[in-house]
Amino acid sequence: MAKHHISITLNDEPTEFLCSTRQTLLDVLRDELNLTGSKEGCASGDCGACSVMVDGRLVCSCLVLGAECDGKTVESIEGMADGENLHPLQQKFLEEAALQCGICTPGVLIAAKALLERDNNPTETEVRYWLAGNLCRCTGYDKIIRAVMSTAVDMRGGSK
Amino acid sequence: MEAIRFEKPGSVDEVVSLLQGSSGDARILAGGTDLLVQLRAQMIDPSIIIDIKDIEETRSLSKNSDGSYTIGSAVAGAEAGDRDDITADWPGVVEGWELIGSTQIQGRASLGGNLCNASPAGDSVPAMIAAGMTANIAGPGGRRTIPVEEVTAGPGKTTLKKGEFIVSFNLPARPKNGGDAYLRLIPRTEMDIAVVGCGAAVVLDKSGAVASAKISLGAVAATVLVVEDAAKAIIGTTLDHEAMSALAAACQAACSPIDDKRGTIEYRTKIAGVLGRRAVTIAAERARNN
Repeated sequence: MAKHHISITLNDEPTEFLCSTRQTLLDVLRDELNLTGSKEGCASGDCGACSVMVDGRLVCSCLVLGAECDGKTVESIEGMADGENLHPLQQKFLEEAALQCGICTPGVLIAAKALLERDNNPTETEVRYWLAGNLCRCTGYDKIIRAVMSTAVDMRGGSK
Repeated sequence: MEAIRFEKPGSVDEVVSLLQGSSGDARILAGGTDLLVQLRAQMIDPSIIIDIKDIEETRSLSKNSDGSYTIGSAVAGAEAGDRDDITADWPGVVEGWELIGSTQIQGRASLGGNLCNASPAGDSVPAMIAAGMTANIAGPGGRRTIPVEEVTAGPGKTTLKKGEFIVSFNLPARPKNGGDAYLRLIPRTEMDIAVVGCGAAVVLDKSGAVASAKISLGAVAATVLVVEDAAKAIIGTTLDHEAMSALAAACQAACSPIDDKRGTIEYRTKIAGVLGRRAVTIAAERARNN
């Protein structure tokens, strides 16, 4: 069966790819477009390591088919920094050591960015619920939550 | 594994003819949060996947002039949660819908998918039933509309016939002095499958007594239940202690759950009574404030 010819806007760039029906958006990003920042953890939508934005919604790219993405806008971790300038969340995660092995980090960053763009003054509880679908087996979450809260303070101009 | 045909038609009629014309298993793709997991686990082997998200009717959530809502079957919970109107009118419906999985899942999981996946523990279903929602089904014989509780037939099974799919749902206008709620019990605080779920909708009369009620229980039988005896137990009462005890007893009597790692038969049955009382209490509180 012929492959599907799909056109998307990926990290602000027009991008085309060919995929079979069975290939997920995650498969396409990693195997067809060589963007390996998004990770495959569980491949069943539980761990959030493959989190990306599709048309402005936070989703697990392992639960999206490549074939259904024609015409859509996709944002992956590779588009988060502005050239050499890290996104404030990325910078804060480094400063506060909010990662250890790093497998969950791209997904956590994408999810946290989505939250702070909706609400730059979330409570700790709101951050914890928002990130409940991003599993981390190293940090115990505390440093991740603190880094997100601290970035939010900076985004508000330093007001607690 | 055979290659799978993928289609993304722009009309309801095209979906019906694709479903009708398929030789093997045909699957509808809305949010994909169950479909892709089943595909990956090789639980299903479809010959065709039909993405229904290019169809306006499946993708729109609109409030009609009479205060009712028409909800596309592929609308995601997070999209409803972002809307002030439906969240204020039917908080229980939105609560159940938005409890499905993580933030990532909520951005995709649809009412049509959660219902047609036909899990007895589907979080959106009890509140949909309590609110009196109906499903608009398209098929080879045209359109028909049935109550949500008539869509499922057992775990993983629906009453839809070959060629049929759910296009949208009707949610009635919220009655004056009406309120609803959905509660579930899970062993952790987020991202788990309901041990018991309970949807309740009540309407109060001028004196504050219950004029009408609909109570629905999930995860305590092969399908999500409508518990008519629980509604009867509270209609005409002011939800005094005696009425609430009768309500809890009716909820427990309706249960025929399974034993599994999330809960025993005894535990699920007991919890059904507790959640019944609490969901009705919240629904009535909201009704008083409406």
